[in-house]
Amino acid sequence: MAKKRAKRPVAKKKIKPGKAVAATPKPASANGVDVQREVEQFLFRQAEILDGRRWGDYIGLFAENGFYWMPASPEQTTGEGMPSIFYEDRDLMTVRMKRLTHPHAWSQSPLWGTSHLVSNVTVEKQDPRNGDVVVRSRFHMMEFRRETSRHFAGSYVHHLQRSAGGYRITLQRVDMVNGQGPYDYVLQAWV
Amino acid sequence: MPRDNGLDLRGLVEPDRVHRRVYADPHVFDLEMDSIFHKVWIYVGHGSQVPKPGDYYTAQVGRQPMIMVRHTDGKVHVLYNRCPHRGAMMCGARHGNVGKAFMCSYHSWQFDTDGKVRSIPLVQGYEGTRRSPEDPDCSMKPAARVESYRGFVFASLAKDGPTLTEFLGEAKIGFDDMCDRAPEGEVEIVPNCFRVIQHSNWKIFLENQLDALHPAVTHEAAGRAAFDVEKDIERRTGKAPLYYHYLSAFTTPMSKWDQFQTVNYPNGHCLLQGYMGLRPRDPDTLAYEAVMRKHYGAKRAEEILSVNIHHVLLYPGLSVQSPLQQLRAVRPLGVDRTLTEIWHFRLKGAPEAIYRRSLGYYNLVNSPATLINADDLENFWKCHQGLASDGGDWVSFHRNAGQDDEENGVIKSRLGTSEAPMRNQFRAWIGMMASGR
Repeated sequence: MAKKRAKRPVAKKKIKPGKAVAATPKPASANGVDVQREVEQFLFRQAEILDGRRWGDYIGLFAENGFYWMPASPEQTTGEGMPSIFYEDRDLMTVRMKRLTHPHAWSQSPLWGTSHLVSNVTVEKQDPRNGDVVVRSRFHMMEFRRETSRHFAGSYVHHLQRSAGGYRITLQRVDMVNGQGPYDYVLQAWV
Repeated sequence: MPRDNGLDLRGLVEPDRVHRRVYADPHVFDLEMDSIFHKVWIYVGHGSQVPKPGDYYTAQVGRQPMIMVRHTDGKVHVLYNRCPHRGAMMCGARHGNVGKAFMCSYHSWQFDTDGKVRSIPLVQGYEGTRRSPEDPDCSMKPAARVESYRGFVFASLAKDGPTLTEFLGEAKIGFDDMCDRAPEGEVEIVPNCFRVIQHSNWKIFLENQLDALHPAVTHEAAGRAAFDVEKDIERRTGKAPLYYHYLSAFTTPMSKWDQFQTVNYPNGHCLLQGYMGLRPRDPDTLAYEAVMRKHYGAKRAEEILSVNIHHVLLYPGLSVQSPLQQLRAVRPLGVDRTLTEIWHFRLKGAPEAIYRRSLGYYNLVNSPATLINADDLENFWKCHQGLASDGGDWVSFHRNAGQDDEENGVIKSRLGTSEAPMRNQFRAWIGMMASGR
């Protein structure tokens, strides 16, 4: 045991305090339209559709080439070629919907419901040419299934395409704070 | 008859049926930890999880928290996650790199990456006491035995017993089939572990792995949903991605599952033949097969590619799905709670398109948002509820009992839906549980 003590690893980078963040972001607006209010209404409506188990309407919020993505870990920057908890285009979302609505989806027989709260909505990017936006928000979801409640919380990043009929999702990224812990049972529907 | 707390173990297991207490009795679970999980070879992890010296990964062996770590000489060690000074856990994170030495966060004892004590602060305080820092019990305790097979690391907490290859026997084909499919003959883990807890006894999960009677029933909804969308995509574009077939294969009617044989080995290991037809003739597969022929020669490549396995179950805690490079480690948490740790692998030297197949299965079937296991876990919970009740004492494994072919201790069921794999698992179970009693 005559060895030298191993040095403790030390943080190499000095951490400096960051610059102050503007308390109030610039109001997002395009041609006089209140974009902040529009995207909030879109996110709230999406949550209502999900809690109402209106699976078809939910898929309809996505663009034809849209993806719902929950990465396996927060560092991931793409779902292509990487493990994901969900990485679903509209076709795979349709498989999920059809399973959920099949009379023999056995795990659907106990009483099951969710309640989503969406908040901290920030418009991060806005394309002045076409009105497309990237929106960050936070969510909290409570699920009740067979006498048991579960809670999931985290962030959403929505890439929204502006079209005549309103926004459509080209990519929804979901990162759950408790997404990497062991799952007590599984996730049957989108969060 | 030897007894433990009034338990007549041999009375609980008959060749074609078992008593519900083997699943639902917490005392049986305690005995299983001691007689099975703390004795036989338990899978710890794959060497590629810890590529560099100092890399570690924690794993549960039975009830024991262990650390798999790569030592400076390149060897993988498995140590108890415990400081020999006052008992504090050494590694609080699931994985990481400790550098040159483990250091206890309580009093700063340090250990080399093979567990040997390296330094103790103010070591002169031990002079003239009954404890010398040179004592082996001043070092981190290693697992009694550690062996690996083709990179898959196992530990046994018992000093004596068969070697790993003796224990696996012919069932090592699960690892061989997975690794041989790599042009370079090796697999590499994809560093992501999905973990799912089921509210049921661990044996219910193992039995389900080779239960060819259940897919058409349990997975009817998911199979049908995928089948409909697969057909729709074919109408639109001519061809659906292969991963739809992983799911739509579950629409195979119950009667067809009899075509697939099961092979049942000593020590509870079993194998179910493949049913998904994973050797399509598309350009990606043909390109991969060309690479395989280049590495192995035409004859050997053909031998490897024509192996047709769905699952190999390595009793008591591992399910290997070799053709899709999936691995599920079963960690019993309690009599009615079981954790599965789910991994997948890359075939070294194989084209990216072949990895994408493995990934597709991992995401759709094995992720926590699984389209398949949602209904399995529901059934496991229901089974456990029923087995904990007084509604009946016996679980039936009578299907095709007495109609299997046995040769040199290996039992082949003529029919896929035979309950031979369950009978075989309990043959091993009672052997391990009642040995020495």
